[in-house]
Amino acid sequence: MDKKEWPLWEIFIRSKSGLSHKHAGSLHAADAEMAIENARDVYTRRNEGVSIWVVKSSEVIASDPEQEYMFESAKNKIYRHPTFYDIPEEVGHM
Amino acid sequence: MDNHNNIHSLEMKFQSKIDAEVKIEPKDWMPEAYRKTLIRQISQHAHSEIVGMLPEGNWILRAPSLRRKVALLAKVQDEAGHGLYLYSAAETLGISREELFEQLITGKAKYSSIFNYPTLSWADIGAVGWLVDGAAIMNQVMLTRTSYGPYARAMVRICKEESFHQRQGYEILISLSRGTEEQKKMLQDAVDRWWWPALMMFGPNDSASTHSEQSLKWKIKRKSNDELRQDFIDATVLQANYLGVKLPDPNLKWNEERGHYDFGDINWEEFWAVVNGNGPCNKLRLKARKKAQEEGAWVREAAMAHAEKRAKRKAEKVA
Repeated sequence: MDKKEWPLWEIFIRSKSGLSHKHAGSLHAADAEMAIENARDVYTRRNEGVSIWVVKSSEVIASDPEQEYMFESAKNKIYRHPTFYDIPEEVGHM
Repeated sequence: MDNHNNIHSLEMKFQSKIDAEVKIEPKDWMPEAYRKTLIRQISQHAHSEIVGMLPEGNWILRAPSLRRKVALLAKVQDEAGHGLYLYSAAETLGISREELFEQLITGKAKYSSIFNYPTLSWADIGAVGWLVDGAAIMNQVMLTRTSYGPYARAMVRICKEESFHQRQGYEILISLSRGTEEQKKMLQDAVDRWWWPALMMFGPNDSASTHSEQSLKWKIKRKSNDELRQDFIDATVLQANYLGVKLPDPNLKWNEERGHYDFGDINWEEFWAVVNGNGPCNKLRLKARKKAQEEGAWVREAAMAHAEKRAKRKAEKVA
């Protein structure tokens, strides 16, 4: 394929102020500005957003799903959750 | 472990994830056949959205009012978006957008046969929304629960947008049903022509469907072709009664025992003829896609040239 292909961008949309940007999908565009314009047309046709981030897909660095041990150590640390601690009911909400 | 055993254990692990309703994501290991099936199905689905714009686009300039026109425009625009969501989902499986387009234009990949039928009157736009989008929604609602994450997410987005399509179609038909004798005739004629092709959209009977069993096991599909078809018929008969149209099937009647409508035999010869390229509009549709692809080439190139120029200007400013 020739060099004229548009690169792929990952699109993140903030649905309203106060909420974080969330991955909405991806699209091809010639550059970042055009990616934002395309994202507006594709992902916010029904007022789904007030802000758009675009990131070149090739720039995303991801963890390896084969390395399951990455998330192993947190699994048996139940003492990191509030429900691990016994508080008498009469103390009320804590 | 030798290679064969290794693959076997990976496959077992994969199936146990599917069985436990854990979604498969792009970088997860998956059997080659699962990947291939998904690329075939998702790309076919994407192509259907794109080719599906053609029979409807045919009526944008002839819509009977501004209200109908903006609705139809918005709908066709949605279809383009749906095509994009699906192409993106297919690309996560390692096929490029250019390859996908190529497969459509060369006829290597199929799209839904329904779009090889012509939209002859304004009533057809109503019937397409009601029956064709209605049938598509049955299938797509099921696919929001498909086992491949990116495909399921695309489907959730599509389903949210799709219900407007069916409603705008049905509203067109309600207007016609309350209109003149001639308009009522248009309505009946459109339903007569679209009913059977809409039922064919669910694909061959389960007994004749080559991919069904494995797709169900992998939870790519969650319901069989025949189950979905029955769901669609059961939901649609009432809506037809409200419009006062007669569905063109003398064998259509409620079966108390089954709790479903019985219906007549589908003309599978017609179905296969259209799938194999001999429907009324197959050549026209591919020609239009090819033309759009070729005549849009300069736009894609110009955008790229513009991007390069803009990047260069920015670099000069910094320097």
